Amino acid sequence: MSRIGKIARRTFLIGSVAVAGGVAFGVYQVKKPAENPLSSTDGETVLNPFVIINADGVTLIAPKAEMGQGVHTTWAALLAEELDVAWSDITVLHGPPAKAYYNSALFGLGLPFLDYEVGDFRQGLRDQVGEIAKLVGLQLTAGSTSMKDGFVRMREAGATARETLKLAAAARLGLSSDDLTTENGMVIAPDGTRIPYADLAEDAAAIDPPRVALRDPSDWKYLGKDMPRVDMVGKVTGTAKFGIDTRLDGMRFATVRMSPNGGGMVRYDDSAARSMAGVEDVIDLGDGIAVVARNTWLAFRAAEAVEITWGPSPRPATNEALFDAITAAFDSSAPNATPRDEGDVDSVSEGTEITAEYRIPWLAHSTMEPMNATAWFSSGTMHIWTGNQSPTLTRDKVAEAIGLTPDQVQVETPLMGGAFGRRGETDFSVLAARVALALPDTPVNVTWSREEDMRHDYYRPAAVARFRGRVQDGQAVMLDGKIAGHSVVKATAAKIAGDETPGPDREHLSGGFDQPYGIPNFRYSGYLAPTDIPVGYWRSVGASMNGFFFDTFIDEMAHAAARDPLQFRLELIRREHEPSAKVLEKVAEMSGWTGQTPAGTGRGVAFCYSYGTPVAQVCEVVEEEGRIRIANLWIACDVGTALDPRNIEAQMTGGALFGLSAAMMGEITFTDGAADQYNFPDYDALRMHTAPKMSVAILENNRHIGGVGEPATPPAPAALGNAIFDLTGERLRETPFNKAVAFYGV
Amino acid sequence: MTTPLTINGTDYRIDLPDDVPLLWVLRDEIGLTGTKFGCGVAACGACTVHIDGEAVRSCQVALADVWGPVTTIEGLGTPDALSALQAAWVEHQVAQCGYCQSGQIMQAVDLLARTPSPTDADIDEAMEGNLCRCGTYPRIRAAIHTAAARMKEA
Repeated sequence: MSRIGKIARRTFLIGSVAVAGGVAFGVYQVKKPAENPLSSTDGETVLNPFVIINADGVTLIAPKAEMGQGVHTTWAALLAEELDVAWSDITVLHGPPAKAYYNSALFGLGLPFLDYEVGDFRQGLRDQVGEIAKLVGLQLTAGSTSMKDGFVRMREAGATARETLKLAAAARLGLSSDDLTTENGMVIAPDGTRIPYADLAEDAAAIDPPRVALRDPSDWKYLGKDMPRVDMVGKVTGTAKFGIDTRLDGMRFATVRMSPNGGGMVRYDDSAARSMAGVEDVIDLGDGIAVVARNTWLAFRAAEAVEITWGPSPRPATNEALFDAITAAFDSSAPNATPRDEGDVDSVSEGTEITAEYRIPWLAHSTMEPMNATAWFSSGTMHIWTGNQSPTLTRDKVAEAIGLTPDQVQVETPLMGGAFGRRGETDFSVLAARVALALPDTPVNVTWSREEDMRHDYYRPAAVARFRGRVQDGQAVMLDGKIAGHSVVKATAAKIAGDETPGPDREHLSGGFDQPYGIPNFRYSGYLAPTDIPVGYWRSVGASMNGFFFDTFIDEMAHAAARDPLQFRLELIRREHEPSAKVLEKVAEMSGWTGQTPAGTGRGVAFCYSYGTPVAQVCEVVEEEGRIRIANLWIACDVGTALDPRNIEAQMTGGALFGLSAAMMGEITFTDGAADQYNFPDYDALRMHTAPKMSVAILENNRHIGGVGEPATPPAPAALGNAIFDLTGERLRETPFNKAVAFYGV
Repeated sequence: MTTPLTINGTDYRIDLPDDVPLLWVLRDEIGLTGTKFGCGVAACGACTVHIDGEAVRSCQVALADVWGPVTTIEGLGTPDALSALQAAWVEHQVAQCGYCQSGQIMQAVDLLARTPSPTDADIDEAMEGNLCRCGTYPRIRAAIHTAAARMKEA
């Protein structure tokens, strides 16, 4: 357990930003103390500072990275709700790498029960398991966990600070703190005397913080309402600074060209490149080269002019051979994991059997801001400015790569131009550090070309699924799903720790095994197929695969049972989880679902429960001049407690479009071990003219707060495929769908 | 030899090879980093600026070919004095990661200059070259309609 504490200091150093004086409030680590990001001296209390109050006002130290999801805004609102300050007066800083900022929610996702069954007991268990994350020392912005993580902690910090400031004011005025109120950053006495928090910070630093109960949600002023985002004005005026915008005195610009096929570099000839205008250096990185130049484009051009002989790829020569390796996993071994095995799928013989095989490709993240980092090696310290989702891991991996200790690496986290999981990796930071090591005392901004970015991703893995099911009397009586693919969790463990951890991987099956369907005989198994293609976390991870596989098969079962696909789902889900049933009913109401569509129009429903949030979608497609256009998408979700509805709506629509883009046209293929796609013309996404009209309903029936950044992605491909089936009668079992049908505007 | 450029009303003389794209002159030479690099092949619109009032992909315009005064997002409005479209973007809370939004706004300014009351079809046609991986298109559309209405009132 933890409790709120405070710490007084003349200066708080938050990364490179010094906050002068005052008092900080945060969460004590009661078990083994985590390393203190405020560089404590001996004897000082170690705590995890979230809020600092000084003469300049209130500063929130956000341990979470802003990558577009609005987390800094909502965390400020959580704090303001209890602290009684104007929300807009809070300055938000991104915290430095520190174990104290462990993500308590992320590891909770790994527990062996179904998320939708989480009640009070299990919620408590999950909170405790958050302790594990601290021990591992991960500070991650991932898994749609930021709100689960901060929901209690930020409010506790705000409440404790408020009550401590009241005690300070009470002592000064000779009153009881019960007589005092707080408003707009001030303590107010019964006679109308108002003392600004800033004036009380020094006194508060000498007072032991009291234990405080949190306010009832019915008293909330900010939470539950639409909040203007703190980063919005900067992002519409070009003044927001992303990692790629890092500019330092004497900084040089560089780019890299690394082995595209995993086979390293045999030799290179840089004589032409070195004679090109503006080129300052060509650096041998062993498995590739870096070009340093006066500007990024001159570096790009010269890097292309370096003649490189890449080593032979250790990977299979064709894309089909890669898929053969994946499907071989079905035959070669027992399943790696069977996290759901209810009834006895092998003994069911009644009803009609249906089978289906599905296949999905590798996917790139293709963030709008290509991978980059700026590094500066000076006085034995490597400073790195890098938009990243994992500062502690970045620090440790950079240190390891260049032979420093972690405390010799300083990581700054500017804004990210999209992440979607890609910026949880450390490769781009490590590369920048390796370039900077070769240019001592010279800051260098290492920016990848779009082509380098797309061909050197940690891709969403390809996967193949085989399903068998039985329907009888309009009901599903058996479902047996088998999923083969490369495990992202194990591949990531190998990247972090050197080898793939043993044991079952449930994430590979998330969005499938954990669905609230009351099918009496229900088994879901994973088969792992390491492919040597780099893979990583991609928005919604396992659910990005299983959301499509599982829900599409449910749709196939509904049609085999001659049932309305929405009613078919509703009956099965209602047996297990009422809030999930309600999102289905809501999306039916929003879309005016009748089960009937006129000629030229198709509708599909899909459902997926992921990251603690059930999401149902209805997709409507229309045929226009022989092409399919996505006309409408209705989304209903249940987030338990909606902290910022407008931001949730943005994440729901954005997440759904991310999934639709992949389903329509997303595909990375490999030839001789290298990606065949280079840039947006051959790896595109939905655009203004191809995006559907969308509407979102947010329900609050679920018992715990759910994520919002990812859960709208998994059902979207299934909703589209199911709609196309309704339109054409053709069942699409492989993405991208544009290999089988023509889309409007693509 | 230096090349003269006028950017946001300020005159510059740029000492770079003629073929360096305007995007990189802005970002790496002058330090106007509001204009973004996304693809380098005019496929995403993140680098959109105005030359002589017309929206162009600055990654495709060589320094020697810049035919008129350049306006970037920094020249459109400031945090204290937002232009009509920027204000509409804030009102509709359009941005998520925000990386593409400079280009989106510069393209939308060009649209409203030519078509003060755009239909949804006009918006589709004008904006389809501007990619947004966060999927903010519905709010971009709404913000353009709002700004168009405001500018007519004014």
